[in-house]
Amino acid sequence: MLDTLAMFGFGPEGWGPAMLRAAANTVAVAAAGFALGGGLGILVAWAKIAGNAPLRWLAAAYTTVLRGIPDLLVIYLFYFGSGLLLTPIANMFGVEGFVSFPGFVAGMGAIGVVSGAYHAEVIRGAFYSVKAGELEAATAMGMPRLLKFRRITLPLVTRHALPGLGNVWQMVLKESALISVTGLVEIMRQAQIGSSFTRQPFTFYFAAGVLFLAITILSGLIFNRLEHRYSRGRA
Amino acid sequence: MDFEFLGQTFLKLLPGIPVTLELATVSLLLGACLALVFAVIRVRRIRPLNWLVIGYVYVFRGTPLLVQLFIIYYGLAQFPEIRNSFAWTYLREPYWCALLALVLNTAAYGSEILRGALLSVPRGQIMAAQACGMSGLLLFRRISFPIALRQALPAYGNEFILMIKATSLASLVTLADVTGIAARIIAETYRPVEVFVAAGTIYLTICYGLILLVRLAETRLNPDQRDPAPVARVGAARKEVTP
Repeated sequence: MLDTLAMFGFGPEGWGPAMLRAAANTVAVAAAGFALGGGLGILVAWAKIAGNAPLRWLAAAYTTVLRGIPDLLVIYLFYFGSGLLLTPIANMFGVEGFVSFPGFVAGMGAIGVVSGAYHAEVIRGAFYSVKAGELEAATAMGMPRLLKFRRITLPLVTRHALPGLGNVWQMVLKESALISVTGLVEIMRQAQIGSSFTRQPFTFYFAAGVLFLAITILSGLIFNRLEHRYSRGRA
Repeated sequence: MDFEFLGQTFLKLLPGIPVTLELATVSLLLGACLALVFAVIRVRRIRPLNWLVIGYVYVFRGTPLLVQLFIIYYGLAQFPEIRNSFAWTYLREPYWCALLALVLNTAAYGSEILRGALLSVPRGQIMAAQACGMSGLLLFRRISFPIALRQALPAYGNEFILMIKATSLASLVTLADVTGIAARIIAETYRPVEVFVAAGTIYLTICYGLILLVRLAETRLNPDQRDPAPVARVGAARKEVTP
């Protein structure tokens, strides 16, 4: 037991700092992917709500396809697919061998594109649960389109979307473990390195589980506070 | 895009389909049985077990499936007691490890779905059954469970899709499912786009078939929401005649 504590300690032999740095990487790549997915989700939700027929069809195809294909395949596509684009360019400049996006960029892209499909559905649902009268009232007050969107539509949609967005974030966080296949040193990859170094796989994967659990609990608390904040003034 | 290569890849991926389907079906069936037990423990508040189930669900929903899979496949080998026990014959096989991880994972998610469904069974229905003299297992089998199943089906259909996608992680412990074969072809040929299209088509077809099956089951389980029977239409026509 004491050995285990020393192993994850912050001493010269300890894996503590490395694991924590990996956890920071996990949060960073998940947050970047979540933000990218959020942007994509808004665009796709907008296409679904207000777009013309071809736009709506494209948006529907996107959300259907991305929700039916394993995330691992999408990560492979981004990681190796970027190599397809970048390797000829790199070779032109005299760099030999296989060149692809760094794991972080490939992972962020894959997570963003996958979570964008879920974001879009959450945002669309939230938009439809805003009451028509609330938006009509803003129009009746003479608000221009952009002002109405910023002051009325966006806060109301956020209020309805937050619980769903919390779920998407939890999903993204757990998905980010798959990015270890690109070699990005996030929690899972660091646990792999540690367990092959010390031959104690259980200890390291267990620690990885504890770290993930800590991050999910913490972000659950943050989302609860946000939900509370955005529900102020709710009847 | 090279269609000849796409076709070849598609043919190479076909042997992976039974592996994917088998992993998904077996883990969903076993997982649903386990989930039902957990859900009943939660709903009935069977004391010491109740706490255990709450903790179990929390941990399994709060950590990635990949962590659970690696703890079972790589982690358990750390303990000589397990390596020397009879369970080792199974736990050293990637197939059984993947299956175990998938079952434990889906049981946690499924138990929450079934718990919500059991809680949503209207009180009056249960009271009516009690008034007819039903109780215990009979009441559960004939009344609570069928009503809860109807409630749970749409959400559980989602869980089916998620599990089909989750089986792809089995490729990371060397199983040759669709994703596993796809990854090997990508590594051999460096042609990710065609492989992605071929493998993606297979997964989409499986998922779409599953959605159709769930819809079919939904109409079967909800006879009240089906198109009205011919008798009802006669009644409606008669209404128009008498002003």
